[in-house]
Amino acid sequence: MIKNLKRLDLIFKNEQDTEAILEKTLARSNEEIVNDLIDSGLKGRGGAGFPTGLKWRLAADDPADEKYIICNADEGEPGTFKDREILSSVPNKVLAGMAVCARIIGSKQGFIYLRNEYKFLVPGLEIVISEFHELMDRLNLEFRVAIFMGSGAYICGEESALFESMEGKRGEPRNKPPYPTNFGYKGKPTVINNVETLAHTYSIFKYGPDKFRDLGIKDSRGSKVFSVSGDTPIPGIYELEFGMTLQKFVDDFGDGDSKAVQVGGASGFCVPRKKFEKTIIGYQGKLTGVSLPTGGSMMIFNSSRSMYNVLRNYLDFFVEESCGQCTPCRVGTQQLLLGIEAVKRGEKPSGYLDKLLELAETMRLTAKCGLGQSVANSFSSIVENFREEMIY
Amino acid sequence: MSDQVTLKIDGISVSVKRGTTVLDAAKTINIRIPTLCHHEDLCVAGNCRVCVVEQTGTDRLIPACAMPAADGMEIHSNSLKVRNARKQIVELLVSEHRAECTTCYKNGNCELQALSHEYIIGENGYINLIPLKEYTIDYYSPSIIKDDSKCIRCQRCVRTCDELQGVGALTVSHKGSEMKISTFMDKPIYQVVCTNCGQCVNRCPTGALVERHYIDEVWAAIYNEKKFVVVQTAPAVRVALAEALGHEPGEIVTGKMVAALRRLGFDAVLDTDFTADLTIIEEGHELLQRLKRALKDKDPDVKLPMTTSCSPGWVKFLEHIFPEFMENLSTAKSPQQMFGALAKTFYASKIGVEPASMVSVSIMPCTAKKYEANRPEMYASGYQDVDYVLTTRELALMIKQAGIDFNSLADDDYDSIMGESSGAGVIFGATGGVMEAALRTVYEVVTGREVPFDGLNITPVRGVEGVREASILINKTLPEWSFLEGVELKTCVAHGLNNARNVMKAVRDGSASYHFIEIMACPGGCLGGGGQPIPTSSDIRKRRSSAIYQEDSQKVIRKSHENPEIVQIYKEFLIEPLGHTSHKLLHTKYTARERY
Repeated sequence: MIKNLKRLDLIFKNEQDTEAILEKTLARSNEEIVNDLIDSGLKGRGGAGFPTGLKWRLAADDPADEKYIICNADEGEPGTFKDREILSSVPNKVLAGMAVCARIIGSKQGFIYLRNEYKFLVPGLEIVISEFHELMDRLNLEFRVAIFMGSGAYICGEESALFESMEGKRGEPRNKPPYPTNFGYKGKPTVINNVETLAHTYSIFKYGPDKFRDLGIKDSRGSKVFSVSGDTPIPGIYELEFGMTLQKFVDDFGDGDSKAVQVGGASGFCVPRKKFEKTIIGYQGKLTGVSLPTGGSMMIFNSSRSMYNVLRNYLDFFVEESCGQCTPCRVGTQQLLLGIEAVKRGEKPSGYLDKLLELAETMRLTAKCGLGQSVANSFSSIVENFREEMIY
Repeated sequence: MSDQVTLKIDGISVSVKRGTTVLDAAKTINIRIPTLCHHEDLCVAGNCRVCVVEQTGTDRLIPACAMPAADGMEIHSNSLKVRNARKQIVELLVSEHRAECTTCYKNGNCELQALSHEYIIGENGYINLIPLKEYTIDYYSPSIIKDDSKCIRCQRCVRTCDELQGVGALTVSHKGSEMKISTFMDKPIYQVVCTNCGQCVNRCPTGALVERHYIDEVWAAIYNEKKFVVVQTAPAVRVALAEALGHEPGEIVTGKMVAALRRLGFDAVLDTDFTADLTIIEEGHELLQRLKRALKDKDPDVKLPMTTSCSPGWVKFLEHIFPEFMENLSTAKSPQQMFGALAKTFYASKIGVEPASMVSVSIMPCTAKKYEANRPEMYASGYQDVDYVLTTRELALMIKQAGIDFNSLADDDYDSIMGESSGAGVIFGATGGVMEAALRTVYEVVTGREVPFDGLNITPVRGVEGVREASILINKTLPEWSFLEGVELKTCVAHGLNNARNVMKAVRDGSASYHFIEIMACPGGCLGGGGQPIPTSSDIRKRRSSAIYQEDSQKVIRKSHENPEIVQIYKEFLIEPLGHTSHKLLHTKYTARERY
């Protein structure tokens, strides 16, 4: 059965019932709320797709006294700009999600880790937060939220680097295990969720897990906010049901000449035209074809674009934004960039691309964090699908 | 939950304590997994990724140094997937490393070189990044040369400087391709808080951090017929030198070392242990004088606790971080500098050599000693008191250069005068040694009796704990020291500057009160010094330490004040401890420095 997936207006719907929803939700037991979240199928919207309810449960199960909930608003992936919009139009939903999480895990302090470039959001957010604090008092919930400003490093969106940054240290990812739900900010159990994930929990509290589950397909439930950019007549932010094929997406958003879509930003995959029909936007499931998780960045390229330039641009970004601590990422990114340049200039034979593909695979296997591991995504998918553009 | 976990590594089942890393679990069954950023003295970094291994059921490779062993794990340390990845990682490191091995000071003792050999890194590797970038080579420090073009960013030095030493002179700056190991505002290391301790040099896997060597200058002096070259050897050198010449740690080679120095052509081979004994006399009396001013004269200006001053890394650390305690530092110079000042005065006149034509060389387990010899305060003789300082490593290299078969050398004795020492002078090389040596003398001066410890071994101040406290009750004093009757002398011993910082913080906030504190900048004291043979580990330091205490116990003379040459030099030259000549030659002053 082909489901007719559609555009939605859930997240951005202006709802003035935060207090009522929170009262209703907090009247239920922690176990019931977590079970609802798990039933809803909600997965992390930052891109990695970890089941949200499970994450909360893991942190709740830790016996520590001091715990934290952090809203990751370091939206740094090239081509994504949805969290900014969520925080400026419906911050109350995000805060409500944090409050419920705080009650469940036993946290008294939450933080919004805000991307440095989003400084302009602070005055508005501060007003909302102070109202939120009054609401917390009315609900007898001992919970406060503070804004923590990032300093502009892409790597600090990686959760453990984010903690390091908040602790006043250099933003470098940690070894895992231990994981944040046991050892996060200040070494305490910490739930860290993307802005959009928290906003979705609000919808689940309000409409129930079944309504959320009805949206999307198989392992990709609910809706997702996409940042659409590139060669499209209608760039912007769109909430879509999960599980759409890329063909349908391009039909709706492309300019009729789409040659490739970069799904998930610079750290995501590049899908060429011939694979649009078989590619599903969503998490890995038992579907035919390939499904691609995404933080929501969708960059459309038409036939006027050089994929060599696209890749070089991404690599340039990674060379600069690697934290530099682990070898595969620090040196690997430089070698990939210099390597494709050398091939393009004819200084290295085209076969050198195969050595670079092996290197990208090694980076995926051995890099310390998601940044280094995912450089291979865009590199391999672009080089493999547009090899001739790399050479000539 | 059981305390033990059982896993399989390369098909071999192994049980280890929960929390043990895969790397350490592999070690217990003699499987060596290569590492670069890992060092047993430091926290886990997991950033070089050379130690990656394969775990059945996991797609990605895992870092053995950072991954705790877990029940049921099946690890493959040498699968094709692992070897391929590891080889590529070593290739990447070589591509950002100025791999000019033949001209490198660390040639032959470089961990990257060894791995590169093991994984047969050929010339068809990645693009060489070195010509594409600008690198800084900081050779301004008298102690340490930092060459960024050889750095592989393993951050061992940063972790050493930060967590082991609590100094933080070295830090990571920039990110991505620009990431590097730097200092405050990229200043040269001689301008920052660096104490020159050289612990980073001991742990650097490549040639990015090395001591500044003075071997050629020393050869030139030896072969200059107009120069009379005296050499002194620090206590800790004799228990470590052999390691750099292929022996196991913990061997004492005092006699062979003296013979080798004579063969190298030094005109007089003397012993820093002699001035270690002298330091005890001067510093011990300084302590007694301070105690007298405090307890008898009720002088409000006297500064207690008094801290030792023989570790130049510690002295500079205090000048930077705790300048308010500068007056608590003993004014007594270190044994090296006492020796230097006496060599070009007392000794020169004794043997009839013009001080101007004398060259004074010292062999030290230390890189900070190079800096100390260059301090402006150290010209008491009218000349630079110590001209060149060589590390244990440099001496080993000179012995190799001279083609000396070290093993076949017959033991030889130091020259006299300034060649005799007591067991107390020897133990200066171990943490707690100065304290023990001082107590052996001070207690006897005050009571007329030996310290009440079996065999003069003051075991409470010995050991490996970072901070140790001990107190000794003084009773039945001689009449002139009656103000010390019933006083419990409180002492503290710390090694490693991070421990030193904690002790001084406790002193500052009043949570600890001592009379006398011994601090050595390096872990283990001088035997773990920054100029000692590489590698270092707690086991190696323990073996050097046992050797030192063995040397002490075998000495006929165990107390500094009973060293006949010490008795003689006071009789002939210095007259009395803290006397006029002592003040001129053997004591110094300190300089407050910036904290950055």
